[in-house]
Amino acid sequence: MADVSPAARQGAPAARPWFGLLVAAGVLLLLIAAPLLPAVWREVPAALRLPLSDWIEGGMNWLARDAAIGGLAFSDVTRALAAAAQWPIEALQVLLAEGWIHGAGFNKVQLVPPLSWLGITLATALLAWRISGRGLAVMTLVAGLYLALFGLWTSAMTTLASVLICVVAALVLGLAIGIRAHRSPGMEPAVRAVMNVMQTVPIFSYLLPTLLLFGYGPSAALFATVVYALPPMVHATVLALRSVPPETLELARMTGCSRRQTLWQVELPVALPRLAIGLNQVVMMTLNMVIIASMIGAGGLGYDVLRALRRLDFGAGFEAGMGIVALAVVLDRLTQAAARNQSIGRRRLWSRRDSLIALALLAVPTALSYLLPALAVWPKGLSLTSAPFWNAAVSFINQNFFDPLEAIRTFMLLNVMNPFRDALAALPWSAAVALLALAGWRLGGWRVGGGIAAMAMFIVITGYWLPATGSVYLTLLAVAGALAVGMPFGIWVSARPRWHQPVQLLLDTLQTLPTLVYLLPAVMLFRNGDFSALIAISSYAVAPAIRYGIAGMAHVPSERVEAAAMSGCSKWQTFVHIRLPAALPTLLLGVNQTVMMALSMLVIAALVGTRELGQEVFTALSQGLPGPGITAGLCVACIALIADALLKSGAARAARHQGEAHA
Amino acid sequence: MPDTPVSRPVAISAEGVWKVFGPDAAGFRARPAGERSPEAMARDHLIGAVRDAGFQIGRGEVFVIMGLSGSGKSTLLRCLTRLIEPSEGRILFDGQDILTLGEKPLAELRRKRMGMVFQHFALLPNRTVLGNIAFPLEMQGMDRDRAEARARELAEVVGLTGREHRFPAELSGGQQQRVGIARSLTTDPEFWFLDEPFSALDPLIRADLQAEVQRLQQEHTRTTIFVTHDLDEAIRLADRVAIMENGRIVQIGTPEELVTRPATDYVRRFVAKVPPARVIRVSSLMTPAEGDMAGEPVSADATIAEIAPRIVAPGGPLRVLDGQGRPVGALDRQSALQTLASGI
Ligand SMILES: Nc1ncnc2c1ncn2[C@@H]1O[C@H](COP(=O)(O)OP(=O)(O)OP(=O)(O)O)[C@@H](O)[C@H]1O
Ligand SMILES: [Mg+2]
Repeated sequence: MADVSPAARQGAPAARPWFGLLVAAGVLLLLIAAPLLPAVWREVPAALRLPLSDWIEGGMNWLARDAAIGGLAFSDVTRALAAAAQWPIEALQVLLAEGWIHGAGFNKVQLVPPLSWLGITLATALLAWRISGRGLAVMTLVAGLYLALFGLWTSAMTTLASVLICVVAALVLGLAIGIRAHRSPGMEPAVRAVMNVMQTVPIFSYLLPTLLLFGYGPSAALFATVVYALPPMVHATVLALRSVPPETLELARMTGCSRRQTLWQVELPVALPRLAIGLNQVVMMTLNMVIIASMIGAGGLGYDVLRALRRLDFGAGFEAGMGIVALAVVLDRLTQAAARNQSIGRRRLWSRRDSLIALALLAVPTALSYLLPALAVWPKGLSLTSAPFWNAAVSFINQNFFDPLEAIRTFMLLNVMNPFRDALAALPWSAAVALLALAGWRLGGWRVGGGIAAMAMFIVITGYWLPATGSVYLTLLAVAGALAVGMPFGIWVSARPRWHQPVQLLLDTLQTLPTLVYLLPAVMLFRNGDFSALIAISSYAVAPAIRYGIAGMAHVPSERVEAAAMSGCSKWQTFVHIRLPAALPTLLLGVNQTVMMALSMLVIAALVGTRELGQEVFTALSQGLPGPGITAGLCVACIALIADALLKSGAARAARHQGEAHA
Repeated sequence: MPDTPVSRPVAISAEGVWKVFGPDAAGFRARPAGERSPEAMARDHLIGAVRDAGFQIGRGEVFVIMGLSGSGKSTLLRCLTRLIEPSEGRILFDGQDILTLGEKPLAELRRKRMGMVFQHFALLPNRTVLGNIAFPLEMQGMDRDRAEARARELAEVVGLTGREHRFPAELSGGQQQRVGIARSLTTDPEFWFLDEPFSALDPLIRADLQAEVQRLQQEHTRTTIFVTHDLDEAIRLADRVAIMENGRIVQIGTPEELVTRPATDYVRRFVAKVPPARVIRVSSLMTPAEGDMAGEPVSADATIAEIAPRIVAPGGPLRVLDGQGRPVGALDRQSALQTLASGI
């Protein structure tokens, strides 16, 4: 009702154009005045530089080489840990991928074969059938057959082995930390703050210190992955425990439960549905990280993709990429089904007889593989491959559409991307920091402004200002692309309920795909370089844009739309004056989510040769330099936190205005 | 003396119980009596959820706590079990102050002698009906088979036979609360606490379960503290009712006393809709017996509404018998009819 009264509508938006104009004028003025500024304010003076990266480097090296507690060298401890971690990895490898092998080279004999691919596929399909239904069972079968017949099985099982171990470790640790954090309320905000930063630091930055401490190899990847997947599990645990109704806790006290009994018999079982959602997140994050970590020697599907990319064998890369997709989708759907069963109280899905059948399904093909080796490892000669097809397709496209594709690429690079990049790079740091702080102050008060200024200054004094502008340029353009495609599409879909489910499924699938997969099509069409990176980042970040587009429109209070209809608004007027303003807070959160996704993709995109912070991290990784790697990673985190602070305050402001109009 | 039970030994007694929430709740004890008015406490942002509650509950009595939402019923009930630590006062179970008990003896007291039914059932979703009912016994360390055998008995008592192996999600709300009731009784407690056990259920099922509680109480009389905001429920179940307003108990009495002699306007408004015949008992209307008399017998304990059919039938005065079947008086049909007709 209130929104049709003119007074209610005026107050809110009136302040904003004024603010936008001010910022625009400020930017323009700065660009014009930039050359007039004293050099100190334009380029970061050496005196201001904090050798943080050197300190980290020194600290890490000291930890890795000299640190000792009473004669026991720290490095010995970490290497021992690495060796201990190696053991379960190898055990699972033997079980799933390689079997028991004696000797090497020509004398290599396989004493015991690994579990047969057929057995694993069938047993998993049975599980899928029981906990979800026929659809997922068929999907599992198809995925298993694809991996086996296309010769990806061993790699896939190597990846799966790492995923399983990391998930178990992250689960146990995450639960333990989460339970602690839940019990001591003082600890919780601290944990949350650490988690927030950890989630914005790019993936590679986790790899560096672990490489240094645990040595090059699978256990370093394992430790990095566990650390990376820990935050969502801790978070999920705290939320899940907090959701236990107070009455249920009173029941525990009235029945005289001990602390242990309360935890195991009451709190955890009641919290299980939410914990299962956390498990799903952990599995997907772990898979993503394991794929990335293959680059430091863990092997597996990620390594296959990377190797193919290096050989420019796009077909093989694509095939391995599809293998990752198959694995990701099956893992996601399985854990989601488990979580859903928990929350709707579907039980008794798996009987003792099913366990026996599953065992038989595993054992029989494995036993038979003594006679029929094809059941252990699908013979290379019989492997299907679609690689030549994809390669042919790529060369076909390149032969026939080279000109238009190249024209698009060149046009974008010359007219949009490079000018924008140069403009950002030319922006004096002092002015940029001031502008950011001003925007923060206007949107969220002096606290937000101060925080933003501090984070921006961190980038300045650590000496990563220039690469940071590169990151901002790529991110902004990619976000603009993702929003330009995603938001209108989401808004369009929101008005068509029949489309909701298929689009939702598509989005779910897009979001389960590990980041590496997104690089492939871009590189196949546009080769290395910024434009491919832009496409890959945009397509990775488009899912939240669509999702929030739909959600934003769904949240428009229906009585406002009715009021508009009653006052004779046209469809377009209703959209512009009613729906869009009401959806704005949600849409802004969508923008925020899109930015976060884009930033997390940045480092992966560095693989195709960008020049920005992601590249700094990646280079540091390949050279084994933890100092620059970690510092550049923290700078990416700063950018993410700045964007987050700005957009969240903006969304909160918009929501307040909407609330006022509503009241 | 309405604050003490009539002709029953005292089982629970509360003396000067306060429960205060707020930033400086710890400093409450030091406040002089003059500083404990609602206004004075509000000035310091203190909420007196329970204010100076004192009463005695007799063994086997059903004591109902009533009041509007936020009047402090749940808080008072939880003070009695020490799920909430009272700010001040004494709470005696058989003369023993439970506020001085250590953690172990308190847990033991709750395990062995108390049972509680919750508003939202508080069932464990991962356990079957049997598993839920057996839960308190299992927590005491009883082995599973024995606990489940006992749980089976209770499932039968509350009418859940045939559903023992269902999970809570597979039961209706009424059935879930039956599980809650059974679970609260597995340990055969002396003290039974129920916090609005039926307010989440729809009226028909609520009536069923009220009848169930009455039946259980007849089979095995327990000292029962029952919280509700449903006056009808209170009248049906209560021996005595305590009415709370803003944390204070404004009146304690039998339903009949509340209706016939409300202590304050608040209570009067509360009970205004109750037909007197539902609460007034034969014993209040009868005249002393004059020698031997004929007439149809009625129980002195019955309410007028309960014997309505016999009142409206033609005839002379009714013969009033006490619990042992001895004649104690006569009931004039005319005065009974007046009561029956008033308040309709
Ligand atoms: N943990 C708490 N902290 C602060 N105030 C509380 C707390 N618990 C209860 N209160 C306050 O104490 C008062 C009494 O609450 P209580 O839950 O006992 O009411 P109730 O009579 O059971 O109400 P209802 O019928 O809604 O359950 C209320 O004003 C409530 O806001
Ligand atoms: Mg209550």
